[in-house]
Amino acid sequence: MVRAVASIIGVPKETLPGERRVAATPESVKKLSQRGLSLHVEKGAGLEAGYSDAAYAEAGATVVDSVWQCETLFKVRPPSLDEVAKTKDGALIVSLMQPERNPALVDALKAKKLTALALERIPRVTRAQKMDVLSSQANLSGYRAVVEAAAHLQGFMGPQVTAAGSTPPAKVLIIGAGVAGLAAVGAARALGAEVRAFDTRAAAREQVESLGAKFLEVSLQESGEGQGGYAKTMSPEFIAAEMALFRAQAKEVDVIITTALVPGTKAPVLVPKDVVEQLRPGSVVVDMAAEQGGNCELTKPGEVAVFNGVKILGFTDLASRMAATSSRFFAMNLVHLCGELGTGDTLTLPLENDVVRPALLLHRGEALPALPVKEPSPTAAPKPKDEAPKAPPHQPHAPPPADAKPQQEHITAPNRAAWGSTLGGLIVIAVLFGLGRFAPSDFLQHSTVFVLACFVGWQVVWSVTPALHTPLMSVTNAISGIIIVGGLLQVGGSVDLATVLGVLAVFFATINIAGGFLVTERMLKMFRREEGAPKASGGHR
Amino acid sequence: MTGVLVVAYLAAGVLFIRSLAGLSKQETATEGNELGMVGMAIAVAVALVTWILGEHEPNAAELHLRSTGLVMLAAAIGVGFFIGAVLAKRVEMTGMPELVAVLHSFVGLAAVLVGFSSYLHPHGIAAGDVAKAVHEVEVWIGVAVGAITFTGSIIAWGKLRGSISGKPLLLPGRHALNGLAAIAVVGGTVPFVQDLGGQGIWLLVAMTVIASVLGVHLVMAIGGADMPVVVSLLNSYSGWAAAAAGFMLSNDLLIVTGALVGSSGTILSIIMCRAMNRSILNVVFGGFGTGDAKPSTPSTAVSGEVRELKADEVGAALLAAKQVVIVPGYGMAVSRAQGSVQELTRTLREKGVNVRFAIHPVAGRLPGHMNVLLAEAGVPYDIVLEMEHINADFPNTDVVLVIGANDIVNPSALDDPSSSIYGMPVLECWKAKLTVVLKRGMAAGYAGIDNPLFTLEKSRMLFGDAKKSIDALVGSVRK
Repeated sequence: MVRAVASIIGVPKETLPGERRVAATPESVKKLSQRGLSLHVEKGAGLEAGYSDAAYAEAGATVVDSVWQCETLFKVRPPSLDEVAKTKDGALIVSLMQPERNPALVDALKAKKLTALALERIPRVTRAQKMDVLSSQANLSGYRAVVEAAAHLQGFMGPQVTAAGSTPPAKVLIIGAGVAGLAAVGAARALGAEVRAFDTRAAAREQVESLGAKFLEVSLQESGEGQGGYAKTMSPEFIAAEMALFRAQAKEVDVIITTALVPGTKAPVLVPKDVVEQLRPGSVVVDMAAEQGGNCELTKPGEVAVFNGVKILGFTDLASRMAATSSRFFAMNLVHLCGELGTGDTLTLPLENDVVRPALLLHRGEALPALPVKEPSPTAAPKPKDEAPKAPPHQPHAPPPADAKPQQEHITAPNRAAWGSTLGGLIVIAVLFGLGRFAPSDFLQHSTVFVLACFVGWQVVWSVTPALHTPLMSVTNAISGIIIVGGLLQVGGSVDLATVLGVLAVFFATINIAGGFLVTERMLKMFRREEGAPKASGGHR
Repeated sequence: MTGVLVVAYLAAGVLFIRSLAGLSKQETATEGNELGMVGMAIAVAVALVTWILGEHEPNAAELHLRSTGLVMLAAAIGVGFFIGAVLAKRVEMTGMPELVAVLHSFVGLAAVLVGFSSYLHPHGIAAGDVAKAVHEVEVWIGVAVGAITFTGSIIAWGKLRGSISGKPLLLPGRHALNGLAAIAVVGGTVPFVQDLGGQGIWLLVAMTVIASVLGVHLVMAIGGADMPVVVSLLNSYSGWAAAAAGFMLSNDLLIVTGALVGSSGTILSIIMCRAMNRSILNVVFGGFGTGDAKPSTPSTAVSGEVRELKADEVGAALLAAKQVVIVPGYGMAVSRAQGSVQELTRTLREKGVNVRFAIHPVAGRLPGHMNVLLAEAGVPYDIVLEMEHINADFPNTDVVLVIGANDIVNPSALDDPSSSIYGMPVLECWKAKLTVVLKRGMAAGYAGIDNPLFTLEKSRMLFGDAKKSIDALVGSVRK
């Protein structure tokens, strides 16, 4: 089912106080007009982001006094109730919507039979990455958070050695290594600060370390890897351990940047008052989740709160503070989204499209049932930073897709062989039972030992890492040289053929023992980790 | 003395188990090896001391004989140790598969020798006909397994060295031949135990010959690239041979150790087979990659153009990349390019390119072969990743360098049900932004099928000897 919507796109000026971004730039206007779409841009819409009306006109847009009569509207922030009232019935609005925090807006949209495409609901699949405004904006916000922190910090970020004295680098703790967190890690490193980052997902380690920061972890081993690339909610024990870690860190660090932003719901409190109390006066906390209530207990949204000389920055407009670039990225996300909305000079709504459908909050005033989801979840494996899903700690994970792609079976998983070995074991027992009827008890006893040893070996060896298969083989080789004992026992009191054979067996077995163990030792010495890399604990090794 | 012996054997057994457990992780591997050495030292020392002390005070004649025996033993152990140590010291890491194979053959040989010796001069066997029969069956099994292990390993050694052709030798009616040999070995038990005409020793010799031929024939029929499976199978056989020796000598330590080694080798074989999506039977009897076993292999010749790059262009792409993954294969081992690969890796990492390695479980000729080669060259093991851990990263990778690998990066394993390797897990390198395949020419891989990877839009070829190509790359990224 595909529905055509009107071809004229209206881009209003954002009305939320402090919002400087705009949903289209001359660059995006040009791209969209090339396709045949017409755009109406409200007068002064891009002024605060550094784009003049003349530039829009030159790019092919019509600059108008009001765009609310257009049948399609591109916006950054959720429309206000006043704006909804001005909109034409049945129009399409593309913007962030935050419906969970804004039920009144949803009702208003429904009343006007509007179609609402909520940008934050675009699924985080590979194909839709170029349309993901949350990622593009979080990247900017993360950078800006560091810049703001540096501006409020009463010292250098990087180390300084001068004739008048030296200062160590500022120590920065970044909580949450999603897109924003990683951008903050990169920016803080670039300023020369010493950075440590925390995330509940083990996959974040590699990304954090690749940016030259230290990855912190709590002593408790629990994976925060949730489904769909999001962090899952951790156990109370884990959270307690995490708080203890933050308290200890607060005694050392100069800057804390928290990035646990949960779209739709209140942000988790990660920096309670007692953690702030551990910070030195003059330290800075940047709370990137201020708009959703804040990760810090003392955050005042939109303001700089001061507590015991610690500044807590609760800016809600970090991306907006770099409006030129953030608008450019946002607008390009929308251009890419338009690529999904039909071709030529009209926009169409492909209702079966797996990117568009989930983002469709309302269709002509009505919520649509979810499509049967086919798209696999974004993998939880490590990704470079531009692809990493924003995954703050404690975030409840997205619902798992209905039929997620079955994982490739782990070839070293012992349970795959469980049936075979169970059956084998039963057969062995049955055979033993049969033998027990007539075989000497001595033999039976040996068989018991044999079977037990097989099971022990079976259990022990399955866990071996493939990288060590060769050393394992040469050690087992050496160990099977134990047959030397057999040779020894055969060397009897007289020099006969049996003795000679026994001595020969001893000879060959000794070659095996010496060769096997020594070559293993030589091999293992060669295996070394990267210099300076921290000792791995857990992880996938 | 028996008490001490039992405790010592128990300690050795426990240490061997700890040793294998230790080898499962890099961090504990060295410790595991040392525990194994300690266990072996305890076992051998106690066995030697017991042997020297004997069961009762020796009289003068016995003392003389015993000292003769001691001299022989000391010589055997001393010379054996020296040879083993020299082998271990001298072997090149590219020669590891050969060394492992030849060591397997020694265990097999020792088992045969012990078997014969035990038949000629049984020790510690309870009196009675049943006990004797059981002992003879044990000898029979031990010698059979030992002989197969011995000759099979010798052939594997030859194939790995290249002194025997890596191509499978496929005699007409080979399954029937194997079957007959197996029946002869198994069926021989009956006359042997009944000892018809007192010719038991000759029966044993005849069976040894048959089993040896069987071992030769079995391994001759297996192709070079299936060697990881064969070597691990022989590894497990060497364990079973030791366990059988334990049965015939009533020695629990031998049984335990043999069982440990046997199951370890079995598990490795299973892992290798799963990595190829084939069963052990298919590997051992399949005659893979020869065409006759897979008549259905379609001749869908790869269409499309192969695009070639020069080393300088590849070097530029590597420098521009952020994420690089190197997929080494047997070709890297053949041209001994691992040192140059490490040089390339180090240079790129110094320039901020995140270079990692992706290892397929059956890359090379030995389980874990690639890891050993890279470790030898000095590549840190934490950037060498297994297939499961890196496959998801390919979409985010800028450049993949495939060095002398073919089947393990063949996309038809996933999307072409008619392909003979369909269903085998492969490294999905074609998902990267650019894949560069280093190859000598356009020859097909071991499985003998075309690789559509080479003509994909995002694939490029860099023809030439791997080592020379990599050296050229090092030169171009250093500029």
